Amino acid sequence: MSKALLSEHPGTPAASMDIDYYLEKWRGVEGNLIMILHQIQDTHGYIPRELVMQLDRALGIRLARIYEVITFYHYFKLVPPGKHHISICNGTACYLKGAANIIGEIEKTLGVKEGETTGDRLFQLETVRCIGCCGMSPAMMVDGRVCGHVKTTDLPEMINTIRKNEEQA
Amino acid sequence: MKKITPATLEAIASAPVNAPKNWIKVGLDTGGIAAGARYVFDALAGHIAYARHPISLLRTGSNGLSFADPVVEIECAGMPHVLYGNIHVADTKTLLDEHIIKHRILEDHVVATRDRGTKCEGDTTVILVQDTSAEQGDRTRFFQDSFIEEVRRQGLQGKVQVVRAMDMGIYKKGLVVQLLPSAVTYENVLAANISEIIMDTVKKGIVLEKLLHREPDPQVRIVMRNCGRLDPESLDDALRHGAYQGLKSALLVHGWEKTIGVMKASALRGRGGAGFPTWLKWKLTRDNVADQKYVICNGDEGDPGAFMDRSVLEGDPHTVLEGLMIAGLCTGATKGFFYIRAEYPLAVARIQLAIDQAKEAGLLGKNILGSDFEFDAEIRLGAGAFVCGEETALIASIEGKRGSPSPRPPFPSVSGLWGKPTSINNVETLAAIPAILCRGGEWYAQYGIGESRGTKVFAVTGKVNLAQLVEVPMGVTLHKIVYDICGGVSNGESIQAVQTGGPSGGVIPESLLDTPISYENLMKLGSIMGSGGMLVMDSNNSMVDVARFYLRFCVDESCGKCAPCRIGGYQMLQILERIFKGHGKADDIPKLKRICHAMQNASLCGLGQTAPNPVLSTLRYFEAEYMAFIEGGVTYARKIRKQLEGVGQKAS
Amino acid sequence: MRAKSENNSKEWDRKPANQRDAMIQQIIKAKINGTPVEVPAGTTILQAAQQVQIEVPTLCKHKDLLATAACGLCIVRVKNMRKMPRACCTPIEEGMEITTHDSELTEVRRTVIELILSNHPNSCLTCGRNTNCELQTLAANFGVRNDNITRYVRDLPKDASNGSIVIDFTKCIKCGRCIQVCQEMQNVWALSFLERGINTRMAPAGDISLAESPCIKCGQCSAHCPTGAIVENDETATVWAALQDSNKYCTVQIAPAVRVALGEAFGYAPGTNLTKKIYTVMRRLGFKAVFDTNFSADLTIMEEASEFVERVAHGKGTLPLITSCCPAWTDYMEKMHSDLVDNFSTAKSPQQMLGAMAKTYFAQKKGIDPAKIYQVSIMPCTAKKYELERADSMNASGFADVDICLTTRELARLIKQSGIAFNQLPDGEADSILGEYTGAATIFGATGGVMEAAVRTAYYFVTGENLPKEGIDIHPVRGLDGIKEAELDVKGTKIRIAVAHGLANVDKVLDKVREARDKGEPLPYHFIEVMACPGGCIGGGGQPYGISDDLRRKRTEGLYQDDREKQLRCSHENPEIIRIYKEFLGAPLSEKSHHLLHTSYSARPKYQR
Repeated sequence: MSKALLSEHPGTPAASMDIDYYLEKWRGVEGNLIMILHQIQDTHGYIPRELVMQLDRALGIRLARIYEVITFYHYFKLVPPGKHHISICNGTACYLKGAANIIGEIEKTLGVKEGETTGDRLFQLETVRCIGCCGMSPAMMVDGRVCGHVKTTDLPEMINTIRKNEEQA
Repeated sequence: MKKITPATLEAIASAPVNAPKNWIKVGLDTGGIAAGARYVFDALAGHIAYARHPISLLRTGSNGLSFADPVVEIECAGMPHVLYGNIHVADTKTLLDEHIIKHRILEDHVVATRDRGTKCEGDTTVILVQDTSAEQGDRTRFFQDSFIEEVRRQGLQGKVQVVRAMDMGIYKKGLVVQLLPSAVTYENVLAANISEIIMDTVKKGIVLEKLLHREPDPQVRIVMRNCGRLDPESLDDALRHGAYQGLKSALLVHGWEKTIGVMKASALRGRGGAGFPTWLKWKLTRDNVADQKYVICNGDEGDPGAFMDRSVLEGDPHTVLEGLMIAGLCTGATKGFFYIRAEYPLAVARIQLAIDQAKEAGLLGKNILGSDFEFDAEIRLGAGAFVCGEETALIASIEGKRGSPSPRPPFPSVSGLWGKPTSINNVETLAAIPAILCRGGEWYAQYGIGESRGTKVFAVTGKVNLAQLVEVPMGVTLHKIVYDICGGVSNGESIQAVQTGGPSGGVIPESLLDTPISYENLMKLGSIMGSGGMLVMDSNNSMVDVARFYLRFCVDESCGKCAPCRIGGYQMLQILERIFKGHGKADDIPKLKRICHAMQNASLCGLGQTAPNPVLSTLRYFEAEYMAFIEGGVTYARKIRKQLEGVGQKAS
Repeated sequence: MRAKSENNSKEWDRKPANQRDAMIQQIIKAKINGTPVEVPAGTTILQAAQQVQIEVPTLCKHKDLLATAACGLCIVRVKNMRKMPRACCTPIEEGMEITTHDSELTEVRRTVIELILSNHPNSCLTCGRNTNCELQTLAANFGVRNDNITRYVRDLPKDASNGSIVIDFTKCIKCGRCIQVCQEMQNVWALSFLERGINTRMAPAGDISLAESPCIKCGQCSAHCPTGAIVENDETATVWAALQDSNKYCTVQIAPAVRVALGEAFGYAPGTNLTKKIYTVMRRLGFKAVFDTNFSADLTIMEEASEFVERVAHGKGTLPLITSCCPAWTDYMEKMHSDLVDNFSTAKSPQQMLGAMAKTYFAQKKGIDPAKIYQVSIMPCTAKKYELERADSMNASGFADVDICLTTRELARLIKQSGIAFNQLPDGEADSILGEYTGAATIFGATGGVMEAAVRTAYYFVTGENLPKEGIDIHPVRGLDGIKEAELDVKGTKIRIAVAHGLANVDKVLDKVREARDKGEPLPYHFIEVMACPGGCIGGGGQPYGISDDLRRKRTEGLYQDDREKQLRCSHENPEIIRIYKEFLGAPLSEKSHHLLHTSYSARPKYQR
């Protein structure tokens, strides 16, 4: 989400567990729930249950409603994501050019299915719809960096490189 | 910033544009950035500052030529105006040294202008060459050498540069040559023509009619008129390109009632897919009396492979805002929302900036342009639910609920956001509106056929050679888009079918590509216009696989509220998976058809009603492939899967 | 006296006001299957079809609720319309020509039913709704004969975490009725939809267990569920075991609302009062003593009316007094409105009072060891199961007031298991000393009934005389309006009362009280009656299936008729009540009464996790 939409709180720790931190801009605004959830997720990478309970108390939006919304929208996560984000583009262009094979290969390499996190919490595997690089299909994003014209044969090494860097660090 | 008044707009409209003369523009849209444009921009900035080049570096959105990302456009004194494609960081220093210092064009990067000339005025300084029928071996270098030789022979060396182009925008027309700056373009040039081209056209300015590429550019840019041209983060630049002139005439010349009349004359229909007349939507909302009304810009573009709305939001945000304001004026709404996918952070940031700028300039708020019109706009983010493109689901989502559609009636024009009359228009629709207001409904309606008027933007991707955004008048054939604008398919394969309308659409076989595009014609073929995704498939693609892909998308994106869509889609997908794995049964096809029929009729919203389309249309044209899977069993399925697996390796 | 109503507009309250007003007068003419219909504008095709004796099939639309348009079965064909609109949510329009049934519609509906069945366990024979399930009935009616769509049912464990209702998520067809009931009708928000698409599931709030959720056990979800996804916790087997146990002295009590609803399970018209047949069947089932909760309803009134008089006339305690005989309501209040704990009547509910008296007074009189008494209650309510263990004071006598509670639906099942031909039974009588009741007690089962009964007795306590015969029916508190208000003149003193049922209506009443309290203004009410279920106990979550306003009215009428036919219509006139105070309790609000017949309330967390 754009930083322009976030309220600026220079003095507050980045990952605040205090719901008021997320409410300043949105308290009293109709239909604020999704925007608040966006802010929480932007800050934490997921939506901690504790903040949901605080939200129930602070705004009177019922827990039932909040979870209905969180679990409906795929953008929102209830568990912390893995450290490195691997997003395989599964837009039409990439699909036609073999995204399914790439997904299959990377699932095999990481040992997790799409939407899951590896046991060591190092990798988060997602498939996304069209990252806007149809000219470079099949494409994927690793930690926000786009890799175009991906080949299945390149994948294991790519993962290994990240693993090695992590081990060294 | 100074407040914008009608007089300010008047002055900008009548006075010549006071824009920089020497500039480099980099396409900084999501696609461009993904391809590295941000790094290119930074590198160029570094070189320019270091070498103190007397040139301004500007940012712009995408001009639609996705295949050429990252793109850099240069206007520099003493050089023809040139668009470069596929410029990476490593190319930046060379580019500046060559183009700005040495006044030489870079080889293999020029995307030739589609704005082709018919007269050759002024001295030709550059000859672009490209062999557009390169299947039997690329003869471009041979011709380049021949031209260089001829240039030298005729004593023009040092005055005329011969450059290999990256793309000419013309395909299967042999050697194509474009002379710059006149942009006179010749096709099917033979070795024998070289000397006369130099002799007559380059030297004397005589155009060789027999070689001239006469066909006008099939594209007409209305929605994308400013994309890739203006700086999307500058209100000044937007104003220079005519922003808010449409609002001014709607507000101060026409008034809401006549503005609706102009929209009626334009015959503009909703570009989100369903094609409901825009003027009528506004009128219905206007007719409902309420203390508060809303207009919403639907920027929840979710079709896999469709990215025109994103490009427009990123490339020309003020025009979309202006369109929304005009919608507000006509419907009586004082509040507008942009509902944009959270996956489009750049679009969100640019729209937010446009809103902030417009507020500061007094274009949003009370007494807009000195009138009593009041309007405010805000952004709400989507959160990864395709179904939120459906109007009632979108409203639920803005209200902070699950994005499940609700039954209509009541229609949003009666009871929409928070129960108030609401008009929802798609990004592309809104972007066309200011232009219509400036140039008239009849002007817009001159384009198109039958009930489908004006232009439509398509995102052409898949196996096509040159994936890009295309804006064409309605009535242009699919064939023209796929072959003449996007260069057909690569690797010498043939096109098997084109899919339009995304997950709600259907496939159209090669044999029917001559059909002129209109809402009605696509419907007749079992597909839909949809939001404008266009997927080109070659003979290596499996239609069962494609149906499976789209259906899986719909199953993932079903909101789960109504049984026919929730269960029907899932069960159909199981059957398709079974067929695709070679375990299909004889009665699977009638069973698929029966579920399709139930889903079409008993689903609550458009998503469920149209989700069977990819299956039905592939069954309609390619039932033989389904039968081959069922009869061929596992052996056949394995063969096809192997063929598809090969695709990943062949891709680059 | 004045009365006003809110909450009566369901189908069309989504329309903006300007249209709503216009719609009131307008009459629409259309044709359904060629038959002309004339209906007020805003009527849906589904409702209009019912006027010409056509039931369009639906699994999601419930008469109590707004259309969710979820099931897709009620599609119809309208001439010159390309799409098939849903009858449940499409208002009929002038000149419409509607076809509700033809071969294509039937085929589409059958396919949709098959799809729903493919996502539903094939376990009809062992289901709580077997033979009484809306999905099963439709599958039978549409002649679904083969199972040719591969079954996919997500593996989800049952939730039996609270003792009142059991949810089998796999049987849920996602019609959304229970969620609408829980969120909008009851404002409890214990249930919600989670996830989406084929993974959509109904689940307690925030994906916790029902026991950890704000669930108040009212059971309205189970009363509205079309399938066996939500059912009461069936405890008939425990009761059988107790009846077999020679160490147990089994006694039973029957709640007011049960007598006018049980008959529905045996083919009687709704509202038929079967009190005397029920007494007989209880004895035949083996209960050694048969009591009537109506007796203790009279007792409750004695205590509660006294409490009211204390608070109003003597300023002892907080006003307004709020009734507390509905355990779903008390649970709700403790979770959501705990700032009003002091306003609650401390009088126990009739169920608990009867139990306490059975194990003390009755045991003493009959010389039975109270430890051996096994008290069974028959209630229209699932929350009554919860009330048994609600607080320590439910064991004030040293024994559980009531040992087990069965709902009306379970009783019907118990009777059917016994093989007793209920319809042919002769009338019987209840046991004396805890069986006699007045008309005031029997109307406890309907919304406004507790208020009416209390007013009859409070009037007597204050003035020393009974309400005049023509004034004994207090009409402003009767009927199905969600909130009923009235001002009573008790010999010059104005008493303002309010009655709310359906918990969403309660919040509005309580907000008024709070507003006045916070501003220091005069109280809007002195006495408030609250029942969690719309219609009161006759519409309870444990009653026979098929609830609707029509059914509520018929059951209610059965109770008012019982009241009218009673010689004695005020609780303080009940001779057995007079006797119990004389022989055992002393006086209302005496120390003994306080010990055995009163309880206390305190705040509870909304979420346990």
